[in-house]
Amino acid sequence: MIGEVGHFALALAFAFSALLAVIPLIGVARGHGGQMAIARQLTYGMFIFTLISFIALVWGFLANDFSIAYVANNSNTALPAIYRFTAVWGSHEGSFLLWMLVQASWAAALAIFSKRLPLVFAARVLAVMGMIGVGFYLFMLITSNPFERTIPLIPVDGRDLNPLLQDPGMIIHPPLLYMGYVGMSVAFAFAIAALLGGRLDSAWARWSRPWTIAAWVFLTLGIMVGSWWAYYELGWGGWWFWDPVENASFLPWLAGTALMHSLAVTEKRGTFKSWTVLLAISAFSLSLLGTFLVRSGVLVSVHAFASDPTRGMFLLSFLGVVIAGSLLLYAIRAAKVKSHSRYDLFSREVLLLGNNLLLVTATMVVLVGTLLPLVHQQLGLGNISIGEPFFDEVFMWLTIPFAILLGFGPLTRWKRQKFAELRNSLLLAMALAIGIGFALPWIFADVVSGLAVLGLILALWIVFTTVAELRLRVASREHKWPALVKLGRSHWGMVLGHLGFAVMIIGIAVVQNYEIERTVRMGAGDTANVGGYEFHFRDMQERQGPNFISDSATFVISRENGNHVANVVAEKRFYTVTRQIQTQTALQVNPFRDLYIALGEELDDGSWAVRIHVKPFVRWIWAGAILMSIGGVFSLTDKRYRLRRREEKKARKQAAAEAL
Amino acid sequence: MNPRRKKRLIMTSSILVGAAFATGLVLYALSQNIDLFYTPTEIVQGKGSEAVKPEVGQRLRVGGLVVPGSVRREGSGLTVAFNLIDVGPAEITVEYEGILPDLFREGQGIVAQGILVAPNRLQASEVLARHDEEYMPPGLAEALKGIEHVPPSQQNYNQNYNNEEAAEKGSGGGYDR
Repeated sequence: MIGEVGHFALALAFAFSALLAVIPLIGVARGHGGQMAIARQLTYGMFIFTLISFIALVWGFLANDFSIAYVANNSNTALPAIYRFTAVWGSHEGSFLLWMLVQASWAAALAIFSKRLPLVFAARVLAVMGMIGVGFYLFMLITSNPFERTIPLIPVDGRDLNPLLQDPGMIIHPPLLYMGYVGMSVAFAFAIAALLGGRLDSAWARWSRPWTIAAWVFLTLGIMVGSWWAYYELGWGGWWFWDPVENASFLPWLAGTALMHSLAVTEKRGTFKSWTVLLAISAFSLSLLGTFLVRSGVLVSVHAFASDPTRGMFLLSFLGVVIAGSLLLYAIRAAKVKSHSRYDLFSREVLLLGNNLLLVTATMVVLVGTLLPLVHQQLGLGNISIGEPFFDEVFMWLTIPFAILLGFGPLTRWKRQKFAELRNSLLLAMALAIGIGFALPWIFADVVSGLAVLGLILALWIVFTTVAELRLRVASREHKWPALVKLGRSHWGMVLGHLGFAVMIIGIAVVQNYEIERTVRMGAGDTANVGGYEFHFRDMQERQGPNFISDSATFVISRENGNHVANVVAEKRFYTVTRQIQTQTALQVNPFRDLYIALGEELDDGSWAVRIHVKPFVRWIWAGAILMSIGGVFSLTDKRYRLRRREEKKARKQAAAEAL
Repeated sequence: MNPRRKKRLIMTSSILVGAAFATGLVLYALSQNIDLFYTPTEIVQGKGSEAVKPEVGQRLRVGGLVVPGSVRREGSGLTVAFNLIDVGPAEITVEYEGILPDLFREGQGIVAQGILVAPNRLQASEVLARHDEEYMPPGLAEALKGIEHVPPSQQNYNQNYNNEEAAEKGSGGGYDR
């Protein structure tokens, strides 16, 4: 019964999205205020019914309603309650329902916070959100209904959730990632609404900017949590694999980062307008492309694609409509947009243009690397694979100019900058970066690795130019510290974002060049020495979990001088329902290094294959991503977005008082 | 030349140079890092209508089913060797030192990446198994077309077991190493 309620609510949400896609635009065409204003109510309706549908599925999982096929396939009575909840998005249908809930939430948030926008513009934006909704709801109803029944053959128990997903990281990863993915649709909706109205000005950029930053923050955190999850859950110690699914989330992130910077130029200087719109369209199209690649299974194997071609075909057509439609609109409208602002060769505009070109190049590289094997195969040229070495090499070369420009950018003035004014601070930053970049590995590491030095120099260059920039901003002030605080959150957001990037480069450069990995054969009582640590395999015990049996190995880690570091437990779990084996890694963490132990298989004589990693600075990669996100949050809460809202409230109160 | 045109010329040409550099870099990196995919039969008998056999020393990927009973550990180390087969009768031997993925099982489809050290012997640097029991490496599915393959999951259940999120986010494009 509840299942049918969920299905029905989903159909109603579709109906609301269809009305939302049409009525406000009719209202705009006729100049009918009521029809435009109803966009908000329609959006709320869409959100509420999607929420009901989602709750119905959650209820199905919590109540173990195995008459719902999706629940039966992804849950089990022995599964702990928290994972029964997260199993809602453990597989295709449910995760798409979560996707829709996120999409509807963004739309509802837009409806709530768009009250200060002109009614016509808000109506257009919400209508575009409705159009996107129509596509997705149709997709769900036609190809991926999560409420399908198993009647009359109701299974006694479910088939359990994939063990890999029974993990805290999976509780938050998909919702965060979807917030980011779908959030790009908001930036897209703003761009399309602006094109429809033919008004591309800095006001538009100002409205769209906080939404883009919010989506970007979610996307950053989502990718970061995914990387962290893969690191400890998959048991082979990597943090990024350049696999198609990761690339699918990285593509909109790259485009979104470019968009964020380009929007800044459009807001502050009124130029780059059509470029910004194009980036907004690209960011959302890349989100959709990612969805298509992942959902259709086309990337994983031809086999899977053939098993459900409708899903792939539907998404491909939707993608085609979105890209073709928005580019057509762009072609018609963007030609009229003219930028009048002038700027010199050495100016912040040009540096940001460089940033954008590099980010777009990076996007293209990822796109080529992801799609080329597919194209190659479709052309009948055989199967090829393009893996980590390709991406690693190209990204290393792209990071160098990117980081160098990043150091210049914030220091440089809009419009025109005399190089002589900056020469001293730049030279000082460069000297410090190169000096310390060489010194640190020379002092702390046994071998000086060229790539690590390069990474450190680039990161330190960013750090020192950022410091120089902050000094420059308060140079003329008498009281330096209060002036620093007063710089504004948006400014601090930029500073934190850039420092976050530097921290991430340090993490990547160090871990890639100084990581130690050893695979050893160990039995209880054996000791292995890796990277200055002793790993003593103390014992192996069998343990019974809620839905698994585990072989737990206890390791005693100590320094080579005998100081005890920690006792950790690495596990090999056997999940009884899915009959899958899963490795649970043992981690001992501090800010400067991770000790990582993964159990392999048991060998004939009772000893085990054990892989031990010592990974210096690996935490810095994720810390950098968190720092970037905090920067984004700072920018979001900037005074200029809050002030206006307060003024607005005051104005509304006044208007209400006058009306009385 | 007036300063505005000069500025434009500098910008356009630097973008062109940058683009040329980027393209060159991508093409170079691609030429170094593309690995061709073979099935065991293609390695032994050659690939395509011209029956092109891979050369010894070539880096490649091979996908096939692990021949039951062929997995053997050598000595006291961690070296393991097993045979791969597709439509048969050609088999190749894969040697690997290290930990096999959790989902590695006899009779299961896997992908190995490595260097061909003899006409039918691969020294693997990486062994991948799929997170989905029904999975077959791309290419192998085509080679095996028409041959009935009953995935282990379908021997117990009628319904298709399909845990897509794991297949998606799993690892290495849904592979397990």
